[in-house]
Amino acid sequence: MRFRIDKLGVVIAALLAYGAFLAPFANFRANRIVPGEPRAILDALPAGLGTALLIFIAIALVFVVLKTPTLLRLLLGLAALSVLAILIGLSASHLTPPENTYARVSPASGFWLTSFAFALLTADALARLRLSPFARVTLLAAAAAAVAALLMSGAWDGLSILKEYGSRAETFWLEAGRHVLLALGSLVAATLVGLPLGILCHRVETLRAGVLNVLNIIQTIPSIALFGLLIAPLGWIALNVPGAAAIGIRGIGVAPAFVALFLYSLLPVVANTVVGLAGVPRDANDAARGIGMTDRQRLFGVELPLAFPVILTGIRIVLVQNIGLATIAALIGGGGFGVFVFQGIGQTAMDLVLLGAVPTVALAFAAATVLDAATELSNSKPSRAA
Amino acid sequence: MKRLLPNLLRLAALIILVAFLVQPALFEPLLKPLVQANAPAIYNQGSLLSLTLSHLTTVFIATFAATVVAVGLAILVTRPIGAEFLPLSRSLVNIGQTFPPVAVLALAVPVVGFGEKPTLIALFLYGLLPIFENAMTGLSTLPPAIVEAARGTGMTAWQRLTKVELPLALPIILAGIRLSVTISLATATIGSTVAAKTLGEVIIAGLQSNNLAFVLQGGLVVAVLAVLIYDAFSAMERMVSRRAGRV
Amino acid sequence: MIEIDNITKRYGDNTVVDNVSMTIAPRTVTVIVGTSGSGKTTLMRMINRLVEPTSGAIRIDGEDNRGIPGYELRRRIGYAIQGHGLFPHRTVAENIATVPGLLGWEKSRIEAKVKELLSLFQLDPAAFGPRYPHELSGGQQQRVGVARALAAEPNILLMDEPFGALDPVIRAKAQEDLLAIQKHFGTTIVLVTHDMEEAFHLADKIAVMDKGRIVQYAAPEDMLVNPATDFVETLIGVGERPFRLLSIGTVGEAAEAGTAEGEPLAAATSQRDALSSLLWSGREALPVVGADGVPLGRVTLASLARRAARPR
Repeated sequence: MRFRIDKLGVVIAALLAYGAFLAPFANFRANRIVPGEPRAILDALPAGLGTALLIFIAIALVFVVLKTPTLLRLLLGLAALSVLAILIGLSASHLTPPENTYARVSPASGFWLTSFAFALLTADALARLRLSPFARVTLLAAAAAAVAALLMSGAWDGLSILKEYGSRAETFWLEAGRHVLLALGSLVAATLVGLPLGILCHRVETLRAGVLNVLNIIQTIPSIALFGLLIAPLGWIALNVPGAAAIGIRGIGVAPAFVALFLYSLLPVVANTVVGLAGVPRDANDAARGIGMTDRQRLFGVELPLAFPVILTGIRIVLVQNIGLATIAALIGGGGFGVFVFQGIGQTAMDLVLLGAVPTVALAFAAATVLDAATELSNSKPSRAA
Repeated sequence: MKRLLPNLLRLAALIILVAFLVQPALFEPLLKPLVQANAPAIYNQGSLLSLTLSHLTTVFIATFAATVVAVGLAILVTRPIGAEFLPLSRSLVNIGQTFPPVAVLALAVPVVGFGEKPTLIALFLYGLLPIFENAMTGLSTLPPAIVEAARGTGMTAWQRLTKVELPLALPIILAGIRLSVTISLATATIGSTVAAKTLGEVIIAGLQSNNLAFVLQGGLVVAVLAVLIYDAFSAMERMVSRRAGRV
Repeated sequence: MIEIDNITKRYGDNTVVDNVSMTIAPRTVTVIVGTSGSGKTTLMRMINRLVEPTSGAIRIDGEDNRGIPGYELRRRIGYAIQGHGLFPHRTVAENIATVPGLLGWEKSRIEAKVKELLSLFQLDPAAFGPRYPHELSGGQQQRVGVARALAAEPNILLMDEPFGALDPVIRAKAQEDLLAIQKHFGTTIVLVTHDMEEAFHLADKIAVMDKGRIVQYAAPEDMLVNPATDFVETLIGVGERPFRLLSIGTVGEAAEAGTAEGEPLAAATSQRDALSSLLWSGREALPVVGADGVPLGRVTLASLARRAARPR
């Protein structure tokens, strides 16, 4: 058997070698604010375990450099990520002196680099395997379950990000709820309005350019400005429209954030609806007319189903975009994970920033994976039937 | 004739923008109704012009760097030598775009500290993706007959790249840069939360002191800049794609 | 002269060209025909090394074509493909100037060459030179494609289904032009097609390929009379044989002394088309005129019938 070199493997191996042997694995700080002291793998982990991890990485290094079966690479990537996840938790309890509640242990560059390298390996293997949509969602669910299990088991409790969480668990879930409400709620509202608007734009050509231009311009207004600008009109509504205040509309807080996200969401929904409907093959439309469908039947029976994958792509863009933008709502008191990010920036507390950023990224990633799978399924259906 | 009206509007927007940045006091009566009696209607904690210029500089540097790196990487992964990286590149682009700009910004702070640097890094990283994606698409979807003809006429790999492939992919690459610039213009405002000197300063000052006029002027300047730059890129794309016969 | 020597191309386990040898004489038109997947395009692309052979060698005028880098080789060999492959971002003149530019010709020489070629292909240099390919009709694009292939005055011109995308009327004209140009420059042409009619009309010699092998390599007349295999016979079409024979020659070759009534036929018209004109006009004979309109005599139904019969 001849050994051949995998080019990507060389890059991954370089990252691994640097991350594991030269960069610090964990950061130890005597309290929340002071600068950290870097600890290499051998210091950061209980004796034996550190050596075992180094040996494991050295073997993995050789494995990834050579051309090896994709499935094995995937398994190695997943296994390594799990090992790293468990070990960083162990490192925290190992480094924290007993009974010390001020000390903080956080992952350092070495941990991030090795994790990144294995994540690359996993992502590459996944891309090459071309898993079915179901398999991808299942894998995502399994990963989520694994993370949840780690969180519940307390294996990570020693890590600084979870200490930040520990001191504000209640707020965390409150803001999480708001974040999801903002992102999903505005998406639902934008779909309810944008879909009919898109259909209208498709049918009435004179309307199309105007509507799309206005929505385009709205998109260019920076999010913090749009959030801010909505404070005034919503404040006015709350004061002057009877009952508005009672349903939660006020100048500052969730309402302007919700409206801003809704406005940002309209463009992708409307534009993709228009593009999707325009892309319906002429033959299909002619045939539908030819067999005597009414306009209404044609819309629901032919056009919308055929345009659905494109519309779904628009919804995916909106959801991912909204999950990210919702962080900015915190600047105008709208809540969401942004609260922790901006508090963290204010206090130069990296762990607090992570407490806001990590769930946001995870949420966006999960949403993208699920909706990508859905889009692919809706795309493949017609061809499978044919 | 059909182009005249929009172009006049653009010109007017540009003139008003420049006038506002150079002589903001002229516009005070317009903004006065938005603020309480004794609050300033025009941003008074720094020059709007210099903030705008530094905003644009930040975006320009980040986008320029992103363009060089993204196009370079796209060229690499579309050559036979880099083909192994292609599937991963595609999924990395997909995953990367799920990172919210704020998160990228916030995560850059601990690495490089406050100021312009984290903003530049965030804008650079976030700007990479659309350009890389478009350049990759543009370079890998060239009409096969043309690529074949380029080989057949005896062009070397380098000549094919510079004389045929890049010129033909240019409209799509430009579209990527346009997307990247518009995102960056808006995202740069958030940079002010980490003390970068951008127009976000004006907006945030407005949010903190409940001064609607500040929010409005900061937001509008960015929006007008974005629309004008967006249009300029669109015009450029139309020009090159007409030349490239991809009308 | 192109000498192809035991050439083989394999992709993995799939043998696309299987141990082919043939010699192509200079200043002739050789047409390679075959069904799709027969390996004909791959065989041709190995001549200018767009495809590198697995084994065997190709010599051009006695020199191994691997003696110089592939791109330099390709600059010396013209190459025209179906759908013309013109660079959409360059004008017609710039497209034609491609190879001379790569070879570093002087500007004035390139300009003169572009003008010459455009005129030769009946395109006004002043009007067409500055245009972009998408502003041209399909037939014009195809002509520019061939002009580009000929720009550096190559001895050899390789053509891959060059007329495949043209409608029948323009195609016939393009074929006539090609024959005229071939005479003008004395170029050695190797042309790949799946159209037998085209093959018989253009070829000095035809190579029939099937499953990566050459099943017959012969002059068109010989192939008609002695098809090597059933496959060749099917490809020719048994019912088409007399007409194929007629489409090889021109009416000028069949002209005899005498006069006749009716619409005169140009000497370059194929005998097949002349037969068709005779039958349709209901006449026994039609006058034949040269390119300059000078009467050359007449062509008769009887003489064409004789020529369409199986040669002995």
